[in-house]
Amino acid sequence: MKKILLALTLLLPSMAFAAGGGVALQKAHNDIDDKASLQTGAKLFVNYCMGCHSAHFSRYQRVADDLGLTVEQTKENLMPYGGKIGDTMTISMDNDDAKQWFGTLPPDLSVIARARGTDWLYSYLLGFYLDPSRPLGVNNTVFKDVGMPHVLWELQGWQKAVHTEHGIELELVDKDQMTEDEYKAKTAEYRRNVRDLVNFLEYVGEPAQLQRKELGKWVLLFLFLLFGLTYLLKKEFWRDIH
Amino acid sequence: MEKLVGWVDERFPLTKMWKEHLSEYYAPKNFNFWYYFGSLALLVLVIQIVTGIFLTMNYKPDGATAFASVEYIMRDVEYGWLIRYMHSTGASMFFVVIYLHMFRGLLYGSYKSPRELVWIFGMLIYALLMAEAFMGYLLPWGQMSYWGAQVIISLFGAIPYIGDSLTLWIRGDFVVSDATLNRFFSLHVIALPIVLLGLVVAHIIALHEVGSNNPDGVEIKKNKDPKTKIPLDGIPFHPYYTVKDIFGVVGFLIVFSAILFFAPEMNGYFIEPPNFVPADPLKTPEHIAPVWYFTPFYAILRAVPDKLLGVVAMGGAIVVLFLLPWLDRSPVKSIRYRGPIFKAALTLFVISFVILGYLGMQPATETATLVARVCSGIYFGFFLLMPIYTKIDSYKPVPERVTS
Repeated sequence: MKKILLALTLLLPSMAFAAGGGVALQKAHNDIDDKASLQTGAKLFVNYCMGCHSAHFSRYQRVADDLGLTVEQTKENLMPYGGKIGDTMTISMDNDDAKQWFGTLPPDLSVIARARGTDWLYSYLLGFYLDPSRPLGVNNTVFKDVGMPHVLWELQGWQKAVHTEHGIELELVDKDQMTEDEYKAKTAEYRRNVRDLVNFLEYVGEPAQLQRKELGKWVLLFLFLLFGLTYLLKKEFWRDIH
Repeated sequence: MEKLVGWVDERFPLTKMWKEHLSEYYAPKNFNFWYYFGSLALLVLVIQIVTGIFLTMNYKPDGATAFASVEYIMRDVEYGWLIRYMHSTGASMFFVVIYLHMFRGLLYGSYKSPRELVWIFGMLIYALLMAEAFMGYLLPWGQMSYWGAQVIISLFGAIPYIGDSLTLWIRGDFVVSDATLNRFFSLHVIALPIVLLGLVVAHIIALHEVGSNNPDGVEIKKNKDPKTKIPLDGIPFHPYYTVKDIFGVVGFLIVFSAILFFAPEMNGYFIEPPNFVPADPLKTPEHIAPVWYFTPFYAILRAVPDKLLGVVAMGGAIVVLFLLPWLDRSPVKSIRYRGPIFKAALTLFVISFVILGYLGMQPATETATLVARVCSGIYFGFFLLMPIYTKIDSYKPVPERVTS
């Protein structure tokens, strides 16, 4: 018995590590019900991600409906290269080219949020830093030796790795040229953008999520009423059983 | 209406069956919480069959399009997401219900004479249900579907001499492929459900032949009203247990809907995140773990250092359950009248089963394997030592009539 207990206590720390998967992730704290955030995220996705990544299970029409956009707004903001509103969100990059450019095929992002989780995506997009040893000049804290370039550098600027007592931390290379307030504002703005983008990815991973929760409230309300009713029915029938 | 029923009765035993199985099937009046799970298992079976029929209308059993067709169901089919989540939640909840139903059998000795065949039919249903779930899990054609199937099928390769040709025969290819997907689909939607339904009928017929056990383990048929021949502690299943089970069904549906609408992935336990990456025969995931309801047996498999012996242990863990009616030598059925040894053994068994279930999801480390070995020992000890400890265990006198 003592041995079992000992083994169990020894097991605990390893369990905690297994859950984390190495690097501690930052919480995305995105809100799928925030329409404005989803709209910003959709625009960022189309402008920055869809050069290389598709979301080919998703339809523009559905995105427009769920995000509260008109067909005109959608065509203007989310479909720069034209197409029909009922089209899926595909891209025109050639697979062979992609393999040659990045060494691997950029994955379709339709369900990436469900495979990786929003916290992972959020941390990943915050985790690019300059690393001259890599072919594209950047590395990532969450996804080591990733083949993707830092596409969002225009929004974030470039980060460098700083070795501190807590391990590796990232900061902008031009930190010294800004006041502390400017620096905070700039990083906060980037975090907001990434949060919106991740929010959109979560939505696009499961568009039905919006209807699901809405319908679920009514189903549960109905079932709770029925629960009370069936309880009374049972009680009435069982009155004569002792 | 009466005329119509009469017309049917002359040609088909409608009223006779209604009476035999419902209005004049006398069940003990002291059923408690644990007795909801039989009817709930039937409910989940119906949910799975009906949602399965609708899923099949849009699902494509083809290596190139299977993954996309599931996403099509989730996005473009009207309420497709609802049907799919009902099916995926139903799969896990089926095992929740069945495990609790089986545990009820352990608590109250429902497998003991004269209900051995009820237990055997039930065990066959359980075994078949595992095959059904395993094959169904391949269909979404995600990474976990693919590699889970690859690992489990390769276990058959451990069998001496015929192992390799057997795995080849099961897969229909050298790796899990389109051919495997097609046959698993066929077995999942046609072959296994038909056998499953037949076994459920056999399970219920056998039960109604001998009558239900109860939390006291008292045979209610021993005390009948001398005039009416109705068991004194029995009440007609309909309406008493039909209204009670309807209440249970609504309670279950509340839990079911809460998961379905608010946490269909159940934090990765019901739908695993890696399964949202399409199957890739060239990329092995870092960590392959079966769905939660298989993990206790998976942990037993990994606890044994030798592959063949591991497979034997895993199979043995299921087979030994079939033997339960003959392993238990106690003169009493219910835990209420059993002695301290059985109570301790059952408690240890449940704890080790849960720990094994947890370990089966985790990567195998040295300590984890050690714990898994101890728990596997307890698992088998519970069954194999049962003839001894149930014989020497003390017991309390069982009352004549059920207690309320």
